[in-house]
Amino acid sequence: MTLTKALTGLALSAFLMGTAAFAGEITINSDQSDPTPKKAMEELIADFQAKYPDITVKWNNFDHEGYKAAIRNFLTADPPDVAAWYAGNRMEPFVKAGLFEDVSDVWAANGLDDQLKSAASSMTIDGKKWGVPYTYYQWGIYYRKDLFEQNGITAPKNWAELLGACEKLKAAGIAPFAIGTKALWPTAGWFDYLDLRVNGYEFHMDLTAGKIPYTDPRVKAVFEKWAELVKPGYFIENHAAIDWQDAIPQMVQGKAAMYLMGNFAVATMKDGGLTEDQIGFMQFPEITAGIPMSEDAPTDTFHIPAGAKNKADAKTFLAYLASPEAQAKMNATLGQLPVNNQAAKPTDTFLEAGFTMLSNAHALAQFYDRDAPAEMAKAGMEGFQEFMVKPDDLDRILERLEKIRAKVYK
Amino acid sequence: MFPTPIQKASGPTRLAYQIALPIALVIWLFPLIGVAVTSLRPASDLAAGNYFGVPSSIAFENYAAVFRDSPIGWYILNSFKVTIPTVIGAVGLSCLTGFALAVYGFRANLWVFFAFVAGNFIPFQILMVPVRDLTLKAGLYDSTLGLVLFHVAFQTGFCTLFMRNFIKGMPFALIESARVEGVSEWQIFRHIVLPLMRPAIAALSVLVFTFVWNDYFWATVLVQGQHAMPVTAGLYALNGQWVAAWHLVSAGSIVAALPPVLMFFLMQRHFIAGLTLGATKG
Amino acid sequence: MPTNSQPAGFWKRNQMKIAPYVFLAPGALMFLIYVLIPIVQSIWISFQDWDGLGPKTWVGLANYVELLDDDTFYVALKNNLLWLGLYLLAIPMGLAAALFLNQNVWGIRLYKSLFFFPFVISQVVVGLMFTWFYAPDFGLFSQAIKWLTGSEVAILADERYVTYGIIAAGLWPQTAYCMILYLTGLNNLNAEQIEAARMDNARGWRLLRHVILPQLAPATFIAMVVTVIGALRSFDLVSIMTAGGPYGSSQVLSYFMYEQALSEYGYRMGYGAAIAVVLFLIMMVFITLFIVRMIAQERNR
Repeated sequence: MTLTKALTGLALSAFLMGTAAFAGEITINSDQSDPTPKKAMEELIADFQAKYPDITVKWNNFDHEGYKAAIRNFLTADPPDVAAWYAGNRMEPFVKAGLFEDVSDVWAANGLDDQLKSAASSMTIDGKKWGVPYTYYQWGIYYRKDLFEQNGITAPKNWAELLGACEKLKAAGIAPFAIGTKALWPTAGWFDYLDLRVNGYEFHMDLTAGKIPYTDPRVKAVFEKWAELVKPGYFIENHAAIDWQDAIPQMVQGKAAMYLMGNFAVATMKDGGLTEDQIGFMQFPEITAGIPMSEDAPTDTFHIPAGAKNKADAKTFLAYLASPEAQAKMNATLGQLPVNNQAAKPTDTFLEAGFTMLSNAHALAQFYDRDAPAEMAKAGMEGFQEFMVKPDDLDRILERLEKIRAKVYK
Repeated sequence: MFPTPIQKASGPTRLAYQIALPIALVIWLFPLIGVAVTSLRPASDLAAGNYFGVPSSIAFENYAAVFRDSPIGWYILNSFKVTIPTVIGAVGLSCLTGFALAVYGFRANLWVFFAFVAGNFIPFQILMVPVRDLTLKAGLYDSTLGLVLFHVAFQTGFCTLFMRNFIKGMPFALIESARVEGVSEWQIFRHIVLPLMRPAIAALSVLVFTFVWNDYFWATVLVQGQHAMPVTAGLYALNGQWVAAWHLVSAGSIVAALPPVLMFFLMQRHFIAGLTLGATKG
Repeated sequence: MPTNSQPAGFWKRNQMKIAPYVFLAPGALMFLIYVLIPIVQSIWISFQDWDGLGPKTWVGLANYVELLDDDTFYVALKNNLLWLGLYLLAIPMGLAAALFLNQNVWGIRLYKSLFFFPFVISQVVVGLMFTWFYAPDFGLFSQAIKWLTGSEVAILADERYVTYGIIAAGLWPQTAYCMILYLTGLNNLNAEQIEAARMDNARGWRLLRHVILPQLAPATFIAMVVTVIGALRSFDLVSIMTAGGPYGSSQVLSYFMYEQALSEYGYRMGYGAAIAVVLFLIMMVFITLFIVRMIAQERNR
């Protein structure tokens, strides 16, 4: 009878759940389901085991999207010893719910306050450190160098030059900007950068922390700049129908010239057939003169769940993960930037440019959907998408966002 | 017969009908045909903009790539691990419940029956939070067994409706005479009623197989990791990785759709008998 | 299971009374645990504020009050009504297909199977197929529109068309389902009545309207039930094709609930449960109608 079988299964799994993990074994849950991150993670684990042969690593790899929901379950129901997550506001609910372990001692014992300085503030809540960052990457405008040259454009340094470049490209029948907003987040890159350049980092942080109403004239000013690109049609058509990767072919085919994206887009552009010297990278240009340049640099992290069974070995793992060697190797595979400032510098052109840019940045934002709480982020990005389709409805959109802000940050 | 058989119509009408049939079919199945063709189109055709023309070659390679580079084979295995136990469990339980509700006139009979029927039609969302919680607490979250238990319970509602009506249609005299001879109730069920239920069991098995195989909602609610993910949710996850790779998405879709389609063609009579229960009088 | 009736004791005397409960117990217990109790629990949770991690806080009707002030709720409700209305088209379309195919020519069985085909395919696959079909630039449908009107429409990215686009995808399998119900119904028509009506010179539309349709009433009823339920359950297609977008314009209650309670962007179990309760109440109207009719049928037996 199936029922008996099922009940036996129930009892059996309850039994298995109750047994403690072996001493010297750590379980890691993470979401490196795409091939490259998966490879980087496999290498990291292999190197760690070579260095600490008495610690066995058990790795559960999750689907990237599913992980965001899964972590909430396993942190309470079946916590691993180490879990992947993100810095900033994204980790706050887990810290506040007491689900992450304070790892300030790992930072202190390994001199991480100094080595991981650039990400220290985004790992700190209530004066304590709650995890270890291992990678980040820059955002910026990737553009077709050859198309710029053909149309006599040099990389814009300020807003007026950017508008000028757009005008020239549009006149040449080229859409200035590629974007795909079906998955909403690419719109948030635009909002972040416009806000960072129009109002600056401190304002942006206050806004994502819910301290400023969306109906504030300074927020409106951000959208007014945005409208200067949306209304003349400087973005590709039908962007709401496609994902960010789908927009890359337009750039490859020369139908679009620029793309505000994370550095991971370079790989997709090269896959699509662009050569390295066709692709240029530039920092998002200045808008309000005198505001120090801050950047988006989403940081990925590892944490120890409060319910972990083998915290001692988990801390050994985090310390290893924070080390310059581990970060240099892992990021060489990932094609991203190490957070540890002692790690060997990347050799890739785009990463080098990004490294310089981020090193000189006034401050680093995580990304709108990591800085703002989830519910606000979702509503906000829907609003950004709607604005890009219907810029004239700005006031209505902002009123809706304000209503949600009032609800979310109680 | 309605409408009038075409054989009685004039020659040209008959010819027109014979021509209209395949044309209507092609239009009806257009999205499917499009996807099937795309699944056999080499990636280079898509890159070159050859979306609609004759494929430059037949690329079975896409199917090989889907199995080689993605865990779809594993997802399909998971689907079987969910579907087959569910079919056995739900059909088995409903043989018992259907028998109880059809044969005995106890007090709460109709109410229990209506509870099963009504439960069948409720929106899944009203169950979502508690069932997910229950599964988590039982340690069955993210396992095929967790999915199986829920599906068994839920499908039992539909199956009971079906079985009960099916047994009601049997000659009751058989049971009566057995009782007079002192045959126990279990023996009546086991040796008299159960053998007669074979067609119902077959029909329900195919139906439940299809329903559960095609389930997507619970697969996303009760499973997150690759190791227990059925092919519907798996295909959606892969769709996220294969953006713009429509030849792979198409091949994956066809692969995922194949088992219930085969089931349908093999067991067509039972399938339709199950689906159309109650569509005729009596 | 007590199969052995050797000692003519308690069991033998009472088996007629006890047997039904024994037969019923396993199935009923599962159903109780996984279906009936969760309904009550959901209603209970809808009065709480709960993020799925911490403790629950009783908030009374606050979730419902908030729902009434939530713009997305009204968009979802409006779309649900649209689904309900347009989904019913599957019934006449299914009838038309059934009438078209109810002939006895060579190969007709295969035709019927192939017409029914879309119903067997998972909604996930149907959703992916239609996404591809509608895709700008290379989708067959959008190319056809471009060819006809000269301008391209991105169905799934345009708030004016997106819900219709998804409903059309849903109608595809649903029509197939209704068709098979009617084909079965047509197979079981009372031939004498039809002949008698034909004698009276009833033809075509009149015959269909006054003789055939009344006989098909059971099929129509089932088609109504499954179509209404299907329309209100519409989750898979919305999730696959648009995830409620663009900017929430194709939202429906079932997906809205999921998004609020379980997606990346919200873990508001209480609020989600409140949405589910509303959906449940709407569905209950139809379930009640169905049950009332079944009770009437049972009485007639």
